[in-house]
Amino acid sequence: MAEPLLEIKDVHVEFEVRDGIVHAVDGVSYTVNRGETIGIIGESGCGKSVTAKAAMQMLPKPGKVSQGEIIYHRRSKFDPSKPQEVVNITQLDPDGELIRHIRGGEFAMIFQEPMSSLTPVYTTGTLIGEALALHRWVPVTVGEQMSNKIMQYRHVTKEESREIAIEMLQKVGIPKPHERVDAYPHQLSGGQRQRVMIAIALSCEPFMLIADEPTTALDVSIEAQILDLMRELQQSVEMSIMFITHNLGVVAEMAKEIVVMYMGKQVEKADTVKVFYEPKHPYTRALLQSIPKVGRRTSERLASIKGMVPDPFHLPSGCVFHPRCPSFMPGKCDVIKPKYIEVEPDHWVRCLLYEDV
Amino acid sequence: MAEKIPVTDNVLLDVRGLKKYFPITSGLLRRVTGYVKAVDDVTFFVREGETLGLVGESGCGKTTASRTVIRLYEATAGEAFFRTDLFSTDGKVEMVNLFDLDKEQIKKVRRQISMIFQDPINSLNPRMSVFDIVSEPMVIHGLRKGPEMEETVVSLLERVGLRKEHIRRYPHEFSGGQRQRIGIARALSLNPRIIFCDEPVSALDVSIQAQTLNLLQDLQSDFNLSYIFVAHDLSVVQHISDRVAVMYVGKIAEMAGSDALYNNPLHPYTEALMSAVPKPDPKYESERIIMQGDVADPSNPPSGCYFHPRCRYATDICRTATPEFRELKPDHFVACHRAEELQLKGV
Repeated sequence: MAEPLLEIKDVHVEFEVRDGIVHAVDGVSYTVNRGETIGIIGESGCGKSVTAKAAMQMLPKPGKVSQGEIIYHRRSKFDPSKPQEVVNITQLDPDGELIRHIRGGEFAMIFQEPMSSLTPVYTTGTLIGEALALHRWVPVTVGEQMSNKIMQYRHVTKEESREIAIEMLQKVGIPKPHERVDAYPHQLSGGQRQRVMIAIALSCEPFMLIADEPTTALDVSIEAQILDLMRELQQSVEMSIMFITHNLGVVAEMAKEIVVMYMGKQVEKADTVKVFYEPKHPYTRALLQSIPKVGRRTSERLASIKGMVPDPFHLPSGCVFHPRCPSFMPGKCDVIKPKYIEVEPDHWVRCLLYEDV
Repeated sequence: MAEKIPVTDNVLLDVRGLKKYFPITSGLLRRVTGYVKAVDDVTFFVREGETLGLVGESGCGKTTASRTVIRLYEATAGEAFFRTDLFSTDGKVEMVNLFDLDKEQIKKVRRQISMIFQDPINSLNPRMSVFDIVSEPMVIHGLRKGPEMEETVVSLLERVGLRKEHIRRYPHEFSGGQRQRIGIARALSLNPRIIFCDEPVSALDVSIQAQTLNLLQDLQSDFNLSYIFVAHDLSVVQHISDRVAVMYVGKIAEMAGSDALYNNPLHPYTEALMSAVPKPDPKYESERIIMQGDVADPSNPPSGCYFHPRCRYATDICRTATPEFRELKPDHFVACHRAEELQLKGV
């Protein structure tokens, strides 16, 4: 049933800067299936957003994918019955035509800060129209041959683009879309701006939505609305969602599968229920224990993870988590680099506790 | 001189009928055409050594309320009584109205009231070293000098989990969590009685957030501090607060002990907020109450109860009359017409 859309295979991303090379992503592999949601969790600087950017081939300079491949099973937008094309995104020219079709048209992205990711000088109608002009195509029948229609596709016109913009604004639940289409971002509230972001992302009917902390800046009531909206839209168009967040509550509600990252490494991957109920990696366990749970006020203190996220230039030897790990085994964890192994069917962990050493 | 009222049990700060209206001006002459009622008749109190959580959606007046109390903004109306011995001649504690104090007096009071800000990046001056940042309050109040001051700064830094050698460094050399610790050290430098924490952990990572919350709790028990903890993360607020006040468009909707409020809310807004919190449990199935629309505009609030357009229990009385903020159960205050009859679900 699960049909892969995007396969990230052992991807390494490096940033070569003056002080040395930063391995921002160090061997990450996961698959995004069609119509499913995958949650990527981890603290800031763990490489979760960089992986997503690599998937869009829009790594900021001087970042580059040094190893691994990102395979995209491309389906034609116009004719779903056409055979799938296999595209290795890492091989594409970042300014090339194909990636520019994929970016925005087939993969869309919602950014964290609705305040700063919309240009203040354009109206919402223009902002949505910009995406439409590039990526939305209108079928036109140019002739008939027997029972087959000969189709061609043309860009949307200005009037159509305005119509679609209004329709999208209505879909994402913005009141009075006919007026709001002419509103500038500063005239909208934070929740509405994030809705506009979603409207832009979804206006071109993408196959995959990369949501990078889409609700972090929002209030819980608005967050609930946005999450509901994303789920609703996901069901109506078969869309995959890559949900990047550090909020474990959000990921528990949204995702089917979870990838946990720490310092560029993927430390655990499993089904959502398994990650929450039978976490294997000490980091995942510690993360789960360090969040206060609403409604359950038990212990007086939170179990915090000691120490800090290490400096990326001076990564600890062996397992990168060992200086902060509660199950640290001296002589092992600080020497041997753990391998990424499948401890149970579909439950992957990178930890020496599950290796015979 | 400050107005005095009798000292009641162990209440440290008693705010009554606080209002803060910001004028809206327009035209060439900047004529006042209306008011944003950012804080509208808010009453709450904080006991000594306890934490009062202040939650609500953005724009509901949480930050304005706390800033008005410490007179970073001038209040439009209301009173804020603070228990202190700074102004009495015989060393006895008394309740002093902060809004009656003059400039000199308020400066004196600020030794006992301090603040931790949300954004650890922007709330520290990048051109000042850690020593300058943490010692600045002491310099302003002329409390310590020379080696004695340096000693105090070092002990403060060590108390918040930083090291002695950090003293000459600059804010950009620290991580977000460490910067927030610098902010906490600065807030502690004058031995305050009460600290206003404005979203102190919302910019931090999960593991650092837990460390910072634990630090705040340790400091509270060591120095018998009171906190007013402003945040929008309901689970964090429940964890750290003894009592919680829920604000909606400039008014307090409900105020109670944190367990009572979370488990047996009396206000429909509290119920809806609780149901909206994403639970870190994939098996948790709940009926989520989606509040329609956005937060009401404080410059043009709805009639009657401000929450009625989004409330699923609203009746005619809610549209016309403003509900009174009353004590329905001991230590459980609520402003809702239908609080007695409704059976609301907590978490």
